[in-house]
Amino acid sequence: MRAYRWLLRLYPASFRHEYGAEMAAMFARRLRDAGGPVSRLSVWTSTLGEVVANASLVHFDILRQDLRYTMRTLARTPGFAMTAILIVALGIGATTAAFSVTDFVLIRPLPFAAPDRLVKLYERIPGFSRLELSAPNYRDWTQANRSYERIGLYHLTTANMLGAAEPLSVAGAAVTAGLFPTLGVQPLIGRFIVDGEDRTGAPGVVLLSYRLWQTQFGGDPGILGRRLTLDAESYSVIGVMPREFRFPFSGTQLWIAMRFGEQDDADRNNYWLYAVGRLRAGVTIDQARVEMQTMAARSRQQYPKENANVDAAVFRLSDEVSEQSRLLLLALCGAAGCVLLIACANLANLLLARALGRRRELAVRTAIGAGRERMVRQLLTESLLLAAAGGALGVAVARTAVPLLNRLVPLTLPIAGVPAVDSRVLLFAIALTAITGVAFGLAPVLSAGGDAGLAALHEGSRSGGGRREPLRAALVVAEIIASVVLLVSAGLLIRALWTIQAVDPGFKADHVLTLGTGLPARQYGKVAAREAFYSRVLSEVRALPGVVNAAYGSYVPLGKMRGGLWPVAVDANPIVPGTRDIAFIRFVTPGYFATFGIPIKAGREISEADVQDREPFAAIVSESFVKRYWPGKTAASALGRHITFGFAGRVVVGVAGDVKMRGLERQAEPQVYLSHRQVADDGIIGYIPRSLAVRTAADPAAFAPAIRAIIRRVDPTLPVSDVSRLTEIVEDDTASRQAQLRVIGAFAVIAFVLAGIGIHGLLSFAVSQRAQEIGVRMALGAQGRDILRLIVWRTFRLALAGIAPGLALAYVSGRAMQALLFGIAPSDIPTYSAAVGLTLLMTLAGTVLPTLRALRVDPIASIRTE
Amino acid sequence: MTDLYREAEALLPLPAATFHILMAVADDDRHGYAIIQEIADRTGGTLRLSAGTLYRSIQRMLEQGLIVEPRQRPARDDDDERRRYYRITPLGTAVAKAEARRLEDLVNMARARGLAPRKV
Repeated sequence: MRAYRWLLRLYPASFRHEYGAEMAAMFARRLRDAGGPVSRLSVWTSTLGEVVANASLVHFDILRQDLRYTMRTLARTPGFAMTAILIVALGIGATTAAFSVTDFVLIRPLPFAAPDRLVKLYERIPGFSRLELSAPNYRDWTQANRSYERIGLYHLTTANMLGAAEPLSVAGAAVTAGLFPTLGVQPLIGRFIVDGEDRTGAPGVVLLSYRLWQTQFGGDPGILGRRLTLDAESYSVIGVMPREFRFPFSGTQLWIAMRFGEQDDADRNNYWLYAVGRLRAGVTIDQARVEMQTMAARSRQQYPKENANVDAAVFRLSDEVSEQSRLLLLALCGAAGCVLLIACANLANLLLARALGRRRELAVRTAIGAGRERMVRQLLTESLLLAAAGGALGVAVARTAVPLLNRLVPLTLPIAGVPAVDSRVLLFAIALTAITGVAFGLAPVLSAGGDAGLAALHEGSRSGGGRREPLRAALVVAEIIASVVLLVSAGLLIRALWTIQAVDPGFKADHVLTLGTGLPARQYGKVAAREAFYSRVLSEVRALPGVVNAAYGSYVPLGKMRGGLWPVAVDANPIVPGTRDIAFIRFVTPGYFATFGIPIKAGREISEADVQDREPFAAIVSESFVKRYWPGKTAASALGRHITFGFAGRVVVGVAGDVKMRGLERQAEPQVYLSHRQVADDGIIGYIPRSLAVRTAADPAAFAPAIRAIIRRVDPTLPVSDVSRLTEIVEDDTASRQAQLRVIGAFAVIAFVLAGIGIHGLLSFAVSQRAQEIGVRMALGAQGRDILRLIVWRTFRLALAGIAPGLALAYVSGRAMQALLFGIAPSDIPTYSAAVGLTLLMTLAGTVLPTLRALRVDPIASIRTE
Repeated sequence: MTDLYREAEALLPLPAATFHILMAVADDDRHGYAIIQEIADRTGGTLRLSAGTLYRSIQRMLEQGLIVEPRQRPARDDDDERRRYYRITPLGTAVAKAEARRLEDLVNMARARGLAPRKV
């Protein structure tokens, strides 16, 4: 019988209290009538099923009833319902959007088989923690290695693809046969590259990305075996990768076999290979690291000259996110958390106020027999319903907001560029909604469901009157704290952004158009062939009316390609590999400095006279180069000095201003500019000038069609890519910050408004509850001034209680994101003053209406009711 | 009467258990166990409501106003203090009648199609 009583607990308490005793009596009777053990057992089994089924039905009945009741009461107070739903929607929308991006970039496992076992191998030299591998070091380090099941290699490449409607510049990767099996993927159709196809002289094979297959070949199912021309070489299509496969980056469109040549094996200081390894089951990343470093130590002894400072580094594949990206996202999450907190506090406050207003109703319901459990259930249903409606709206908010955040997804990850609001994110939102609904619905439940009782009935309409509301005040204080933190954080980030945007990139970005023309090595490896191309294009472009100047250079500063650090030696010293003696290598045509507006501080710029057979070769170095290698010397004194760089001795003929090659937030590293003609034929082919820059008198974008036409005339097979204003490229450098700041700024505004509403709500309620008291005071001679002091003082205390801890917390969060602040102190006085000023303003604004209402209290009416 | 009629119509069709319970209390106030017994007797033992089904139905019928718990209990020898009795209300009677009419109409329609035996 005890078992049956226990089983009855499945029913709601109210139902159990009402009918439990009779049901138990009935069950006892049935059991008595049953007789033998077999039929007793059958009574038990049938009862078990019956109780479970009926109990859930009773629960469902109650839920339906509660929902109907809730809908009715909410429909009677649409203002309250709308406000509550909107507040929850903002909180959950903000948090869900921030979570979906953060989860996408930082948490979610990469879309490969057993991704936690995938690592990337690097070389490390002082100053560079992640350097690509040189082929001989890679061989030596991995040959006897027992940590990896498999290793695949790749390097990035861009190819001009012929065969589509227009010549197309396509980003791709050259990979070894081991790469795809290491990642643990399968092709959608066709096959992978096999051993032997990644050797010199093997016929060219290519795998296409799903997107390239769809956009350029219409998803042709007969694509396998089709021949394509990539950089004037013929390749045959052997497969198409699945739609969601992106490696190494989201923009990679094709994969060709990497073909090792003899000379690739020779140079230990040519860092060009990326390696992905799959750890053997049971091997930890630390074990792999130790083993690699042992190998590296051995090769340091073996090759003391080339490998002098070289060490090995192993990172998880999922760790290819820069510290800055990580911080930007974490700051975003923190801000979203603040918004959610404020929203929840506001919701709890609304529900509390409503519960207080409904004490009488609740007391009446209790008096006519509704049990406490039913009341709690009813109130929870209401808050959960509000939270669910808010949550649904919040997900819609997040869906709209997430695409705005795609700038926060680093392009260096093998994932899509835009996060999806998928089932994982939805689950998060649902959990958040449930927690919000229960946790913040519980406050009023506890205060109203508890001792509502007869006290409320007696109290009449004055229920809650004159009482202080410590819980509600605490919630408002929490809102103020969170909004101060948000205001300060947003302020600090704005100040940092302004400072960065004010940084001089070293060139004049306005009125410059940049275009990429991917000159293939095969046709343009020879200096003469290049020269013919450049001189025709440049002279025709310069002849366009409105064009001020034009030049070709290796890469656009602050553009996509920011590499090219080469070993350098100055004066008579020899090159020591593996040291920090390095500089950016850039080949340029005459007119480069004038076109970019880079000032020449001493000497001259590259001229038409700097040709292949004129020695010594000329070099223009940056001021940072002079500072680094000839410390204390002036720019002019560097002229005529000798450097060894780019496989040749060169003489400094000019010193140029520093250019921020790798980002506005970074120091300008030493730069060396060389004449594109002063290099061996087919030498340093990766850095031949492929970027055209054109300085114009009017909007540079208007010149794009004319320039394209000129390039097409000179070489119809050359695709033109990356057409953009130089100003846009500079702007792009801070794009992720701007995106983050826009969102955090929006969060701060939301928080600000919500906190204001919270204060307004609390004070309005307090004033309406204390109207009688105020009336009596006025009747007893209190002036409007006194009443004003009463309310303003209350507000001021609330504001102070929130501002003080808010500032402390803001400082803590400022310290946490110091790396993002670009030199702005986390205790930046102007930011804090502005935040405090705004918060005081907000609290005062929240006071205005309640104060006016208090002043309009009629003393006579108050006394009459007393 | 029309109000009662309209109210009764709104509750149709009735769940089978509800209809049976209404029939069981139609002539006399009964307690829960007696209702189950009465239904079982009337249906020759083919329908035996479980305690859960009975009280879930009773709870809803009380809310809908089809039955009430009478103040005076029937004076019977076997009356037990703990037992609760249920009595049909005018609305309950109206609903039972309306349901019976609905079922009769249905059977008549079936008969017209030869799906039920003719009346004798």
